[in-house]
Amino acid sequence: MDLKIEDVDDLCMGASFLGAGGGGDPYIGGLMVKQALSEGKRIEIIDPDTLDDGGLIIPTAMMGAPTVLLEKIPSGEEPIRALRAVEAHLGRTADATMPTEVGGINSTIPLFVAAQLGIPVIDADGQGRAFPELQMETFAIGGVKGTPLGISDEKGDVAVVLTDDNHRMERIARGITIRFGGTAYFANYPMTGAEVKRTAVKHTLTLAREIGRIIRTSRMKKLDPFQELTVFLATTHYSVARKIFEGKIIDVDRQTSEGFTVGDVSIQGPDSHSDICKVTFQNENLIARKDGSVLAIVPDIITIMDAETAVPITNETLRYGQRVVVMAVGVPDIMKSPAALQQFGPSAFGLKEAYVPLL
Amino acid sequence: MKIGVDVGGTNTDAVVLDAAGVVGWKKTPTTADVYSGIVTAITAAIDAGGVSLGDIDCVMIGTTQFTNAVIERKSLLPVGIVRLALPAASAIPPLTDWPDDLVKVIGGNVHQIHGGYEFDGREIAPLDERAVARAAQSMAKAGIRTVAVTSVFSPINGDMERRAAEIIQNEVPDIAVSLSCELGQFGLLPRENSTIINASLAVLARRVVDAFKRALHELGLDVPLFISQNDGTLMRAKTVERYPVLTFASGPTNSMRGAVHLAGIGDAMVVDIGGTTSDIGMLRNGFPRQSTHFVDVGGVKTNFRMPDVLAVGLGGGGIIRNDGRSVGPDSVGFELTNRALCFGGDTLTATDIAVAGGWADVGDPALVRSVPKDTIAKAREQMRRVLDIAVERMKTEPKDLPLLVVGGGSILVDWPVKSVSDVIRPEFSSVANAVGAAIAQVSGECERVVSISPGNRDSVLDDVRDEARNKAIEAGATPDSVEILELEQVPISYLPGNPTRIRAKAVGDLPI
Repeated sequence: MDLKIEDVDDLCMGASFLGAGGGGDPYIGGLMVKQALSEGKRIEIIDPDTLDDGGLIIPTAMMGAPTVLLEKIPSGEEPIRALRAVEAHLGRTADATMPTEVGGINSTIPLFVAAQLGIPVIDADGQGRAFPELQMETFAIGGVKGTPLGISDEKGDVAVVLTDDNHRMERIARGITIRFGGTAYFANYPMTGAEVKRTAVKHTLTLAREIGRIIRTSRMKKLDPFQELTVFLATTHYSVARKIFEGKIIDVDRQTSEGFTVGDVSIQGPDSHSDICKVTFQNENLIARKDGSVLAIVPDIITIMDAETAVPITNETLRYGQRVVVMAVGVPDIMKSPAALQQFGPSAFGLKEAYVPLL
Repeated sequence: MKIGVDVGGTNTDAVVLDAAGVVGWKKTPTTADVYSGIVTAITAAIDAGGVSLGDIDCVMIGTTQFTNAVIERKSLLPVGIVRLALPAASAIPPLTDWPDDLVKVIGGNVHQIHGGYEFDGREIAPLDERAVARAAQSMAKAGIRTVAVTSVFSPINGDMERRAAEIIQNEVPDIAVSLSCELGQFGLLPRENSTIINASLAVLARRVVDAFKRALHELGLDVPLFISQNDGTLMRAKTVERYPVLTFASGPTNSMRGAVHLAGIGDAMVVDIGGTTSDIGMLRNGFPRQSTHFVDVGGVKTNFRMPDVLAVGLGGGGIIRNDGRSVGPDSVGFELTNRALCFGGDTLTATDIAVAGGWADVGDPALVRSVPKDTIAKAREQMRRVLDIAVERMKTEPKDLPLLVVGGGSILVDWPVKSVSDVIRPEFSSVANAVGAAIAQVSGECERVVSISPGNRDSVLDDVRDEARNKAIEAGATPDSVEILELEQVPISYLPGNPTRIRAKAVGDLPI
């Protein structure tokens, strides 16, 4: 199917929801996609199940600081140069691109690349939400090598990273991003159509668009958006989603450490004697606790939303006094295997609690 | 003594204020030439207060003239648009996401040129001075009289914008220049949008400021003139001639600040109850809490913030149904004095409940004698619930604050509101806007991105605070009175090295 200009805002809203409080605001990426569509370019989103097993797919994305992106907007050439660098290294051209991360800004970059290059974008990604680091990918868990990684900036500088270790790929690319001025655009995890089918979290772009559409239209139809999301997500491979808490933010404790914004937000129920829910985040929300018990834990998605509008709130804009609903979403099975939990389960973020799937 | 004036789209209000409070005031219709309405209002306010012109130390004016011009697409000029960012930022050209009719009025002469800075102060590219000169020549040829210059990260370093302006003015000597670094705050697109709109207002800015000056001249008031900006502080008239967009959104800020001043307090909740809705906000240290969202002016996303205000359906004209179980949200609105029972109409409204209950004295109580006691009690309970929830939602302090009740519908409230310490009804609240203009201070702001390490945190914060202080003093504050109002530290996530965005705002008193 073709992405229409009127789908873009819905897709961005859904991507914020799947961003679990992080992932960067898709505002700039959404504008880039709308600009490309308004110039008459086409964005074809294709189902991963229809891929040719032998085709070459190269995902594209942005890394670095969303705050810098708001000021230093890209030229649009960056992710294309990164993709070309991977192609040159492999001696093959890409048949399609796709997101590495559906949550936040990175849902939009491959859409823009697809529009510019006239190749399709695959309706799937490697995180099923947002995670902070490049090795945290279902592709990696399925045995796909992260490199060659091509990385580029607006000046035309390009680097290719070759390493067998995905953690080192992350570390090296992060260092390059600083030298590039705080934001960089990359292409990595080049893979075949068969590998996409085996390792990707499927149908996540169309999922994001539908989530955004539900948030936008529920209020107009006088429906409860949280209930509508619960009903809709139960019909998908995310299978379970529900409101786990509702209340008012009574404390936000935020610190910075090694590029991560870490902290807790405390939310109190309807009156001052009610329970308090505490959500701990490291860029993305990791765990929601109440009275010492765990309400939801990573990799399940925990998203804090405006109680009135149901618009997802990123952790940078949380503040005292906001009325919020906390929703949790169980992730697809491919993200809950022992190998997946080792890569992006509780212990990967230093949490001592074991993973208990949302029921 | 000071004079505060609010020049709105409908009314021009003037108040004369001394240290003790309001001495005299007047509300008159705004005139097409702006200045004669100001003359009328000030003359009447001075007469009402029985003071002489010689007692007046300065005049402060708040105005919505510029916001209205953008909304109505009136008196706007075509703008030369210069963005210093290449090789970055070309994926989203200037004017993207603007309403078509506004682009037609303003757009067309757009130049993306090499230049701009990184977040750490390095250059993205050296400024392409020749390209700037060529852009200026194209503007001259097109008859463009005003230019907007925006560079990446100019809030950190405005040198390239200033250099580009110099080149443009050499080529086109009488062109009006708007620089984005003067409009503060990160976010290239909203800052660029504000700069372009500012440039389009260049002629209107001179005209409106001239009208203000002419009014003072005609009155024989030879005193300093200040104008309100969006954050509730004041600028000199010459700043507004160059940066009229800084007046955007000053109205709501002035009205809330005026209300707390009239009540003689600094921290409070304010509810402005009108005919149909109530607006609830919160003030700390006399300033309203700002919304996290940017203000949209005439369909364009700017980089200005508004006070965070919640509107709920509680108003004097709210229609009562179901024996008092439902109040509003629909309202008889401006027809209150025809349609409400207590004014001889046929509709039971919130105002009728207040009159029938005996706690409000408007209209004719005899006309509402038939309203059942039970309906009064239920409607009162319903209104009380709406207000309680709204106040609780907007209050971001655990401790109880006083609640200021202003506006025409304030007579509805006779109950102790939950989670507030006291309910206060300030006098003269119908001219709170003009009072807000009159009591304002001047301010200075500084924003930077710095890498913070444990050893340098204090010195970095001191630097930013000092620069904000110095800017407030430059704006006219007496040095002794300057204090830091806000200090914001936001870490830039996903980057190692702890780069942090720091913003400080200082305010101080004028020497009066």
